[in-house]
Amino acid sequence: MAINLKVNGAMRSVPAEPDTPLLYVLRNDLGLNGAKFGCGLAQCGACTVLVDGKPVRSCVTPIDTLGQSEITTVEGLGTLEHPHPLQAAFMAEQAAQCGYCIAGMIMSAKALLDRNPQPSPAEVRQGLAENLCRCGTHNRIVRAVLRAAQNGGRI
Amino acid sequence: MNAISRRDFAAGLGGITLAFTLAPRLAVAQQPSAQQRLPGSLDTNRLLDAWIRIGTDGNAMVCTGKVELGQGIVTALAQIAAEELDLPLDRVQMISGDTERTPNEGVTAGSQSIENSGIALRLAGAQVRGILVELAAKRLGADAAALSVTEGVIAAPDGRKLSYAELAASADLHREATAQARPKPPSQHRIVGKPIARRDIPAKVMGGVAFVQDLRLPGMLHGRIVRPPGYGAKLEGFDLARIKAVRNGTLVGWIAEREMLQGRIARPLGDRAKPEEFDEALLKAVLPGVVAVVRDGSFLGVIAEREEQAIKASLVLAESARWAAGPPLPDEAQIHDHLLALPTEDKVVNEKQAALPDGVKVVEATYRKPYMAHAALGPSCAVAQLSDGKMTVWTHSQGVFPLRGNLAMALKMRSENIRCIHAEGSGCYGHNAADDVALDAALLARAAAGRPVRVQWMRADEFLWEPFGAAMVMKARAALSPDGRIADWNYDVWSNTHSTRPSEPGGVNLLASWYLAEPQRPAPPRMQPQPNGGGDRNAVPLYDFPRQRITNHLISEMPLRVSALRTLGAYANVFAMESFMDELALLANADPVAFRLAHLKDARARAVIEAVAKKAGWKPGASRDGGKGRGIGFAKYKNLATYVAVIVDVEVDRASGRIAVPRVYAAVDAGQIVNPDGLENQIEGGIVQSMSWTLKEEVKFDSNEISTRDWATYPILTMPEVPSVEIELIDRPDERSLGAGEAAQGPAAAAIANAFAAATGKRVRDLPLTPARVKGVLEG
Repeated sequence: MAINLKVNGAMRSVPAEPDTPLLYVLRNDLGLNGAKFGCGLAQCGACTVLVDGKPVRSCVTPIDTLGQSEITTVEGLGTLEHPHPLQAAFMAEQAAQCGYCIAGMIMSAKALLDRNPQPSPAEVRQGLAENLCRCGTHNRIVRAVLRAAQNGGRI
Repeated sequence: MNAISRRDFAAGLGGITLAFTLAPRLAVAQQPSAQQRLPGSLDTNRLLDAWIRIGTDGNAMVCTGKVELGQGIVTALAQIAAEELDLPLDRVQMISGDTERTPNEGVTAGSQSIENSGIALRLAGAQVRGILVELAAKRLGADAAALSVTEGVIAAPDGRKLSYAELAASADLHREATAQARPKPPSQHRIVGKPIARRDIPAKVMGGVAFVQDLRLPGMLHGRIVRPPGYGAKLEGFDLARIKAVRNGTLVGWIAEREMLQGRIARPLGDRAKPEEFDEALLKAVLPGVVAVVRDGSFLGVIAEREEQAIKASLVLAESARWAAGPPLPDEAQIHDHLLALPTEDKVVNEKQAALPDGVKVVEATYRKPYMAHAALGPSCAVAQLSDGKMTVWTHSQGVFPLRGNLAMALKMRSENIRCIHAEGSGCYGHNAADDVALDAALLARAAAGRPVRVQWMRADEFLWEPFGAAMVMKARAALSPDGRIADWNYDVWSNTHSTRPSEPGGVNLLASWYLAEPQRPAPPRMQPQPNGGGDRNAVPLYDFPRQRITNHLISEMPLRVSALRTLGAYANVFAMESFMDELALLANADPVAFRLAHLKDARARAVIEAVAKKAGWKPGASRDGGKGRGIGFAKYKNLATYVAVIVDVEVDRASGRIAVPRVYAAVDAGQIVNPDGLENQIEGGIVQSMSWTLKEEVKFDSNEISTRDWATYPILTMPEVPSVEIELIDRPDERSLGAGEAAQGPAAAAIANAFAAATGKRVRDLPLTPARVKGVLEG
């Protein structure tokens, strides 16, 4: 059966069962690579996307719970030519090692800056506490979020 | 067969357009000729065009056998090649880790890529540039020495110019590398030594195709593996009634359930006398999308059209499969005693003799490290396709050539019919399941009628089946002379091997191969010689002790599967030795920094210790208040790579036993720095990861099962817990570049333990320093 989803501003129809977690649909049906499979248990944050502006774990979000919600992935933020301030800041700070967590970090950071445009370093750390990084790139990630905040992280 | 998709993939990874014919004519490892030994990996890959080719557009295609693991190596190697070739960086295309296109450089490990691949590219680049300049000199009728090169254009003093593009067709690079062309002196470097942005990062922040997990080939199927309930369990058959009784519920619930079930289902058959043969038609009837179930002995996997269908089917299979349990695991609480009781191969790896002075004080201490997990954030993944008798595997293996060799044995195929192509994975930090999942994908691809199959492990698969970093025991005994100097140093380390990689000879080191109907045998563990060492890596002190004896005890029996985790034994050895140095300094009533310097002649070692002490504002005799403290740790990685000294500030919450680390300082000497930003990223990452290991990480198990299975049962350091890190890089442009990716972990661990001891007066000798253990020590 097909289910309609609103992803990065466009209506998309996906041929998936209603209980399919959003993650697999984003990746395999819509070809969006940003959200990553990390645990399937909502523990690591690598699959974080925004649903109506709120960060959710796409690995545990069945598509039939989404209705007409606006789903935003990292691909919906910007392009290489016109990156979102967060994406530009992550590149400027070289805030990645392996980078597997980064798209999830950016989406959690987007939600954070949307509700708190000028966070303190401690607030950034707290805001990203549920997103795991295994390489030890945390401080660069915090600097990138603070840099984006200076440059107008809200869109 | 899939040339188009490969090209798309390369384009997605940000490749520049190439004007080459890519007929692979090299790649087969060339036999080292008997004559002259060449530096680095040039020695075993002696053809110049195995490394560098110049296209008719004047761009360079640079090939390396080393692969990107998130450490920024491909960018650093591009910098080296571009520097010597006098080309701008964006005209250097990097090809890495492809058994049909790149040199065989073994495994990307041990912080050796800059040293081995870097030197090869530096020398090859200088030679290629020289060949092009000679060619230009002939054409222009000019003296080669008088020509200058700027961005791939060679200019004569009279202003005439020839570009690499014009010369490429007549430049014969299919010749032996000589290592005779002199690389640029560091004073002329314009690209090396600069904090160049990494080439892999844009795709990672934009959602581009960045990882093997993102590879999407036409017609691609999805596979999942159903692993046995434990090591050595055997698949006896199925309880088909459970497949028929497939329940309702959402897939999300199913996945969570599967994660809990994996490794816990060596269920007895109950009232069923005999397990049944698997009925694929039945599964297909119950679950749509299933393409095939693959069973070979005790290897069990499933292929489906859609990923969630494969996951669902794997759960149904897991529930219905009936296993005979393998041997029990040892008791975790007694694991170190258990290991010490096993047979060992013993070797004195270093010994110095001198007379022992009178009146020495002898002290000894025992340190322990648990099993630790690589715990990649993204579970391992591979894509395989069997087409026209040729198996192609896209893999995040650290060594595509050794993997190909093991795949050939496991699949009973000829090596030349297997191609392994590296694509990035989640950070691995050593030998994790990257190679294993490549065989899983290949085994499933054989049942996919030519279609590619993508297999990703689930979270519990990764924790339960990866080869862990080995548990270790370190015993140190020293004699302190009356004048407060170390007069004798004895050090023994017990450990399993730290490499069961596919590169080990004499067996097949791929998980699934041991469970096939015709099982393969793993390669026997072997002692890795110093100076690299295995369990004894960094066990030989860099300090100048008059008398010392260092013994490595290799335990060959492996109760838990183990292999290379970043630093091998160095993390635990540096933790133990640098902890012991502080214990001795305390006994000698000496300041830990002064005590180290008093035993250390190596000028560069002294320099990093002095630099970090200065940076941190180290004050001898700083008083302890029971809560706050400061400690130092130092090592020269493998005694032949990067020097790192680390100072850590801790705050101990005595009520909870929690250790917080607000600040870390480090000083680093990696010789000539290729990319300072990359170096700093590696050192800081190493410190933070080591802090996670040191404060939190241990694999849990009981006699029945490994109970570490997700991030709740294997917590790692989180964002709010990460300290500020200040790093001083000491650049030494005239010294050889040294590997740095694994240099900081040992010193950071020791600095934490020493800071805790400085704060509380109590010593923790068992890793990790969890709140429970810390509380026990404080109360004990």
